[in-house]
Amino acid sequence: MPRPRRTPTPVIRITHWIGALSMLAMIGSGWQIYNASPILPFSFPSWMTLGGWLAGGIAWHFAAMWTLMGAGCVYLAHGVVSGHFRRDLRPQGARAIGRDMGLALRFRLSHAPGRYNAVQRLLYTGVLIVAALTVASGLSIWKPVQLGWLTWLFGGYDIARRIHFTMMALIVGFLIVHVVLALLVPSTLFGMVFGRRPAPQDPETVR
Amino acid sequence: MKRPQLDRTAIAPELRRLERRLMLRGMVSLGGLSLLSGCALDDEPAVERALARVMSLTDRAQALLFSRHRLAREFDASRITRPFPFNAYYGQDDVRTVDPAQWRLEVSGLVADRRPWSLAQFRALPQKRQITRHICVEGWSAIGCWSGVPLSVFLNRVGADLRAKYVDFHCFDDYSTSIDMATALHPQTVMVLDFDDRGLPAAYGAPMKVRIPTKLGYKNPKYLAAISVTNRFPGGYWEDQGYDWFGGS
Ligand code: HEM
Repeated sequence: MPRPRRTPTPVIRITHWIGALSMLAMIGSGWQIYNASPILPFSFPSWMTLGGWLAGGIAWHFAAMWTLMGAGCVYLAHGVVSGHFRRDLRPQGARAIGRDMGLALRFRLSHAPGRYNAVQRLLYTGVLIVAALTVASGLSIWKPVQLGWLTWLFGGYDIARRIHFTMMALIVGFLIVHVVLALLVPSTLFGMVFGRRPAPQDPETVR
Repeated sequence: MKRPQLDRTAIAPELRRLERRLMLRGMVSLGGLSLLSGCALDDEPAVERALARVMSLTDRAQALLFSRHRLAREFDASRITRPFPFNAYYGQDDVRTVDPAQWRLEVSGLVADRRPWSLAQFRALPQKRQITRHICVEGWSAIGCWSGVPLSVFLNRVGADLRAKYVDFHCFDDYSTSIDMATALHPQTVMVLDFDDRGLPAAYGAPMKVRIPTKLGYKNPKYLAAISVTNRFPGGYWEDQGYDWFGGS
C-alpha cells in the first residue's frame, strides 16, 4: 500500500502562510490609511498600524496587495483543479454543522489530518468569500473610474468604502477565532507548516 | 493633507513616548520580524527601497489600467457637496492670492509657442463643465462643479509635443505635481477657471487649477503658475515624499 501523501499539500501550506503574512500587513497598513480619514468615531492606536504615516501605509498596502493576490490566485486555482475545495472545504449540511459545533464546544471535535470538520469547512469557505469581497471592494475604491462597474456593483464609492471596512472587520473576527483554535490544537499548526501523513488505515483519507 | 511641522523642544516628552511606541510597533509589525533587526520595519532603508520599487510596479499597472476613453462619472447638480472642503498642505488662513489681471501662465519645455498666457486668452477658448467626484488619498471625497479649458485643447494650441511623457505643473503656493501625457489628453482633464459656475474662489485655487477626475486630489494642482511638457521625470510635492506618482482613480 502506498504511503499517504502529506496533507495539506505544499501549495496550500506555502500560499496559506504568504497569504496570512500579506493579510496581516494589509490589515495593519489599512488601519493606517483609515486613520487619515476615519469613517467611524475612533482611530486605531498608532502602534497597531503599519507604515508610520499615510504614504507609508499606502506603500505597504499595495505591496501586500500583490503578494496576497498572487498567493490567492495560486491557492484558488490549486483548490479548484486538485478538487481540494469540492472534497475538503465544501460546507456540509446544517445537521453536520450542529453536531460538530456541539462537539467543538465540549472540546471533543476530532482533527484528523487531511479532513476538516463541518465547522472548519464553514469558516474556511466563509473567510475565502469574505477575502475575495475585500479584494474586490478594495479594487473598487482604488479605481472608481477605470473599474467603475465594480464601484457601481458595490453601491458607489462611499458604500464600497464601508463594505471594504466591514469585510476587514469580519476577517479580523475570523482571525481571532482561527488563531485561538490553532493554538488550542497545536498539531494542526504543525501540520500547516510541515504537513502531516494521514493514518493509512483510514480509507477516507487515502487518495 | 498636512504633514505636521515639528517644534522638537516643545514636544520632547511626546517624542520619547513615541519612541517607546515605535519600539512596541517594531515588535507588533509582521509578528516581530523587525525585532531581529533591532528597529522598526518601516524605517529600515532596505525595506523602504523595496517598497519604493513595488510602488513603481504598481504605478506601471495603474498606467496599463488607464484608458483615455473611460470617463469619470458625472453627477447631477443636486449632488454637489456644500460647502466643498478646503484642502492644501497648509491651513486655509495661509492661502495666497494674485491679481488676476497681472497673472500669467508660464509655458515651457517641448512646446512650439512659449509665450505666457493671460486669463483673457483662456476665457476666449472653448469651455467644458463637469460635476465629478474629487477623491482624496486620505479616503474622503466630495462632489464639485468645475469648468474651464480642456488641457488637450491648450496643449494643441501651444504646439506641444504630444508624444512627450509628462506634463509638469508648478504653483505659486510652492506646490507642484506632474502627470502622464495620456491623462493630460483625457477629455475630462480641464484647466479650471470657474467653480460652481462662478469665478474660481481663492480657497479652491484662483485664478486657475487643473481638474483631473481620473486622478486623486493631490494630482489636481491649484494656484497654477507654470506648465511644462517634458520627457524628464518631474516628480511633485507629495510624490517626492513617498506618495505614488501615478495616483490614478
Ligand atoms: C497568522 C495567523 C494564522 C495562523 C496561525 C493560521 C493557522 C492555520 C492552521 C493551523 C490551519 C490548518 C487547520 C487544520 O489543519 O485543522 C489553517 C488553515 C486555513 N487558514 Fe489559517 N492561519 C492564519 C491566518 C489565516 C488568514 C489571515 C486566513 C485568511 C483570511 C487564513 C485562512 C485559512 C484557510 C482558508 C485555511 C484552510 C486551508 C485549506 O486547507 O485550504 N488563515 N490556518
